[in-house]
Amino acid sequence: MTSPLRLCVRRSAVTGSREAATLVTLRLPSDVNCIEEAVELVTRHCLAGHESTESIRFRLRVVLSEAISNAIVRGNCEDCNKWVDVRAELGPDVISVYVTDEGPGFDPSAIPEPIRPEQLDEANGRGLFLIRKLVDAVQFNTQGNSICMILRRW
Amino acid sequence: MGFSESKESGGVTVVKVDGQLIIGNRHELKDLVQTALDRGDRRLLVDFSHTGYIDSSGLGALVSISKRIREAGGELRLSGLNDDLRSLFELTKLDTLFAITETPEQALSSF
Repeated sequence: MTSPLRLCVRRSAVTGSREAATLVTLRLPSDVNCIEEAVELVTRHCLAGHESTESIRFRLRVVLSEAISNAIVRGNCEDCNKWVDVRAELGPDVISVYVTDEGPGFDPSAIPEPIRPEQLDEANGRGLFLIRKLVDAVQFNTQGNSICMILRRW
Repeated sequence: MGFSESKESGGVTVVKVDGQLIIGNRHELKDLVQTALDRGDRRLLVDFSHTGYIDSSGLGALVSISKRIREAGGELRLSGLNDDLRSLFELTKLDTLFAITETPEQALSSF
């Protein structure tokens, strides 16, 4: 069966970077069954050619899974006509991953922290919290439909 | 990749998570546990010795099955979490909700 994922890898100058960085882009449909394959593909390209700790690999896989899940389920409402775009800018020291959906966006500051005792029994609401804890920096675009996650390689 | 289920001596149902526990397969785990509860199993162990990563949906599925098992008067243990996996439970404070042991053997002897 042909994979519905569309992957592109190229070496190019990235705005704001002094050195040419490798750019990896991946477009996937709004189907949660595609997430695991997308995570493995992007992780493999993010870490290729660099010595990486198992911890970086783990953190990258978890935050990619979280961000893509949020984009598919909350952003695109699993609408099969909408796509999720992943763009990774790979520098020598830093990995910057953007995940963008076609939804209206949300206000990330309105998401409560899910660690209060009365919230521990809740099944949902830990995704963004985990992302914030596992990467070095998180940014959103103004619309709130694109997250940028920054991880230092070391 | 997926889940395998076995019955250990002492009547403990052991579910091994092989691969990831994520949004795409969390319902499979919930269904498996519900089936075990429906047939009367009350002592369950979920083992993560061969698990790569868990996402927040996977953590949420564990919270859900924990509630169901508790409501049925049963007990749940988790085992085999490596340092990275364990950090997810610590960051989210879920280490305070679950009974976690290092190895499945320790979990089995703790029921």
